[in-house]
Amino acid sequence: MTSSPQTPLVDLSGVRFAYGEREILRGIDLQVPRGKVVAIMGGSGCGKTTLLRLIGGQLKATRGSVVVDGQELGALGRVPLYALRRRMGMLFQFGALFTDMSVFDNVAFPMREHTDLDEALIRDLVLMKLDAVGLRGAHGLMPSELSGGMARRVALARTVALDPMLIMYDEPFAGLDPISLGIIGQLIRRLNDALGASSIMVTHDVSESLEIVDYVYFVSEGRIVAQGTPDEIRASTDPFVHQFVHAEADGPVPFHYPAQPIMDDLLGAAR
Amino acid sequence: MSAVANLLRRLGGGVVDGIWRLGFVARFLGLLLLLSGQSFRRIHLTIREIYFSGVLSLLIILVSGLFVGLVLGLQGYETLQRYGSSEALGVLVALSLTRELGPVVAALLFASRAGSAVTAEIGLMKTTEQLKAMDMMAVNPIARVVAPRFWGGVISMPLLAALFSAMGIFGGWLIGVAFIGVDDGAFWSQMQSAVDFRFDIMNGVIKSVVFGIAVSLIAVFEGFDCTPTAEGVSRAITRTVVSSALAILALDFVLTSFMFRGQS
Repeated sequence: MTSSPQTPLVDLSGVRFAYGEREILRGIDLQVPRGKVVAIMGGSGCGKTTLLRLIGGQLKATRGSVVVDGQELGALGRVPLYALRRRMGMLFQFGALFTDMSVFDNVAFPMREHTDLDEALIRDLVLMKLDAVGLRGAHGLMPSELSGGMARRVALARTVALDPMLIMYDEPFAGLDPISLGIIGQLIRRLNDALGASSIMVTHDVSESLEIVDYVYFVSEGRIVAQGTPDEIRASTDPFVHQFVHAEADGPVPFHYPAQPIMDDLLGAAR
Repeated sequence: MSAVANLLRRLGGGVVDGIWRLGFVARFLGLLLLLSGQSFRRIHLTIREIYFSGVLSLLIILVSGLFVGLVLGLQGYETLQRYGSSEALGVLVALSLTRELGPVVAALLFASRAGSAVTAEIGLMKTTEQLKAMDMMAVNPIARVVAPRFWGGVISMPLLAALFSAMGIFGGWLIGVAFIGVDDGAFWSQMQSAVDFRFDIMNGVIKSVVFGIAVSLIAVFEGFDCTPTAEGVSRAITRTVVSSALAILALDFVLTSFMFRGQS
């Protein structure tokens, strides 16, 4: 059930989502073309991660449709959803490595769960995946012995263990030093192109992502407020994009949480 | 007036929450049983959990069993010799252990040693997004993580209770026969003739199986259901130990009342 190469791999239209009364997404239209790396940017708590979880089928949209590789996720049962997820990979914010398994076993995990390959072949594949992220020599270590950047590279190797068609990254740069950050950025691009996959990256790291992605969506308060190629984004005069790209404290996104005027608060306490 | 209304409202809210949670546990158990087939096909996962829950609990179970037996031997001898029937010490020790103390005390120890560890492990896996990551890799965490730990506990518990009882009887023998000097032959032969396989031993085994199911279910559920924060995990562990203890004692009463024959 694969759709033609011209249609986007991921297609969200009119997606709304709410946790109970609290509305997180208010009508999102977003496409990820095949073979491209797309970034979703926005401030903390704007619904970016929720978007990823909708695309991964971990949440169901309240309204609108989420289509991945021609399949509407809202209508999928558990078995076809799991079949689809075998062709997806997701890198969690802090890697989410299995702490009771070695680096080798972590990367081998999806292969052992989903294939009947014999151990010798799995060993070769795991070492190749680890080599791609530069950590073949660390295959015997436990996750607790890794630095944050290394843990994320191991998690990346595990994410691409089954050569997914779609790779999702949840804040891949959060909490990394500049060197690790550059390495992860390059890996995201290289792996995407080498595997012929498509990638979605949720991030608020502007400068690093603009270097490696093909297209950017800006999300604010549950809506897409701006989109374009990295060059268009850099040249944008849109006040929100300008504030975000230039990291200004105040602008369309206010610095202050809504409150009464400060004088009222201070004098009110004195009364 | 409003204080009373508030109290009633909180009481009602508590009851509704409790029932809601009970329904949630029932659904969780249903799903767990449904997915257990998958984990049985890969039995090494369950065997690993039997090692962690069962084998690693051996020391505490054996040592506690020995001390309980020693105390039973002393207390039992003290009482029995007043009636001149200290040879019945073997019967007293064996019956107390196989019918009550073995299953109950072993289950209480098992809950605090293995149950709390299972809750902590699953809770931390949830907190660090390992369960979510597994789910995204199309591997069901209930089948892969929860079911093996549940069955590991269910299988370990009766074996631990049996070892506890055996160790306790040895403790009773040690204090009664070896130290105090109760007749060795009378100790064993009276025990042999008075302990019934069906009504004493099997009822004890049934109890330990039921306790094993209860403790394991509480442990995996609390871990799986915890709030994914440090505080949430710590609260879940406390709840595992407290609810397990209450469940064991309450179930013990219910089971005993069903098994009670009022004779022999």
